[in-house]
Amino acid sequence: MREVNLDYGAATPLDPAVLEAMLPYMREHYGNPSSGHSLGQKPRQAMAEAREKVGRLIGAKPGQILFTASASEANNMAVKGIAAASRKKGTHIVASSIEHFSILNPLKTLEKDGFRITLLPVDEQGLVDAGELERAITPETILVSVAAANAEIGTLQDLKALTAVAKAKGVPFHTDAAAAAGWVPLDVQDLGVDLLTLAGDQLYGPKGSAALYVGQGVRLRPLVEGGIQERGLRAGTENIPVIVGLGEAARIAAETREERAQSLAALRDGLKESLLKHVPHLRVNGHPTRRLPHNLHVSVEFVEGEALLMHLDMAGIYVSSGSSCTSQALKSSHVLAAIGLPPELAQGSLLFTLGRESREEDVSYVSGELARIAQLLRAMSPLYQNFLKKGR
Amino acid sequence: MPEYSEKVMEHFKSPKNVGEIAGADGVGEVGNPVCGDMMKFTIKVKDDRLEDVKFLTFGCGAAIAVSSMVAEMAKGMTLDEAMKLTNKDVAKALDGLPGNKMHCSNLGADALHKAIEDYRQKQAS
Repeated sequence: MREVNLDYGAATPLDPAVLEAMLPYMREHYGNPSSGHSLGQKPRQAMAEAREKVGRLIGAKPGQILFTASASEANNMAVKGIAAASRKKGTHIVASSIEHFSILNPLKTLEKDGFRITLLPVDEQGLVDAGELERAITPETILVSVAAANAEIGTLQDLKALTAVAKAKGVPFHTDAAAAAGWVPLDVQDLGVDLLTLAGDQLYGPKGSAALYVGQGVRLRPLVEGGIQERGLRAGTENIPVIVGLGEAARIAAETREERAQSLAALRDGLKESLLKHVPHLRVNGHPTRRLPHNLHVSVEFVEGEALLMHLDMAGIYVSSGSSCTSQALKSSHVLAAIGLPPELAQGSLLFTLGRESREEDVSYVSGELARIAQLLRAMSPLYQNFLKKGR
Repeated sequence: MPEYSEKVMEHFKSPKNVGEIAGADGVGEVGNPVCGDMMKFTIKVKDDRLEDVKFLTFGCGAAIAVSSMVAEMAKGMTLDEAMKLTNKDVAKALDGLPGNKMHCSNLGADALHKAIEDYRQKQAS
């Protein structure tokens, strides 16, 4: 059967060059980088190189890169780490309402612990307003966290405008760039961010590879205490093969980003046009231009996302949806609610994320299949039958 | 995607009794797009039996399979028999549903029962 993966936001395959770079550190160079003897030397060097490569992707110094086991961990570290270190300074944190759960849920925990949390609204395209941020910051505010790109609707924030506000008020700024790093240009100096989360599994690196950039003067408390690995901020023997893999993935991402982003944006635009042409009553969500190059988010009116996903899956097409039925918690996406998408359009939402393997010839296949499936499901949809009878 | 039984997949792929009966004797609607599922059942009654049952459903795989199965089971039943059709019966006929999808089976029987109640009310008035 023909298979077309358009869910690279969920996982990317490992780049063969990344795997090759990792293998020696599972075999011969298995030593512990903390060891004083020769076995620790190669792993220690490899880790230093990886730190450099990851730093280069975002314009940071190697010493400012902290390896973690997931973007979720890096986000937790930023939020809880700052909260713990700055509690005496203040107990107010500002974030956007469309953050990942690895920001929102730690904030909920902090709220129970006496912190005050302000979640900023976003406009219909998913943008946070700098004026809104300025009004939200108080003398008690110890952190602002706004993601560089939203993984679902693909919207890219105007980070510079937001960090300028935080900087003027002297509040550290964290950005979750798990979806953005390696896809859009990110330079921590230029952007003015103090902390940044990135992930390797969006970049053809290994799963379980991620990092937190911690800028100068930022004080954090560790989540895991023990040895003094990662400058005492994250105890535990380092996962050298995965760290090496992240470094190599970051190097390749930095070298290929521009070309990859351009070609995938063109392919994505082709897919968008083709879908709009072949599938009636299709709505494109997110920002029209400020968006991730490989992301397309649409709503198929009058039908539900899981049913769409199942039919697409049977046709070998893999995508995701923000519908409540596709989530374990049976809740539709908080991001789609925040941009004011009506519930029935959130239920019928589909997320396409393209990858290096995406091809031009997939476009017509996918739009043809989606057109067929939408028609099939609309034939049994009470919302569509109602629309045919009465209009909107 | 949840793990569905073969029976659920069968009914999802080729649902039976899709549509809306013109001049139906009873109409039952449940759910709304906010919760994710919406069903509309229309019935034709003859001699106190369900001569025909059709459904329209906006919802996930389980909701579509449940609707198809409810209509299939109910056809030919007396109204009293159909009123006794439970969500458990439907889930069982589908060889089970994933735990977090059980609420979909509730909607199917509820929509059918509403259609029958609608018919009975019309008869009474």
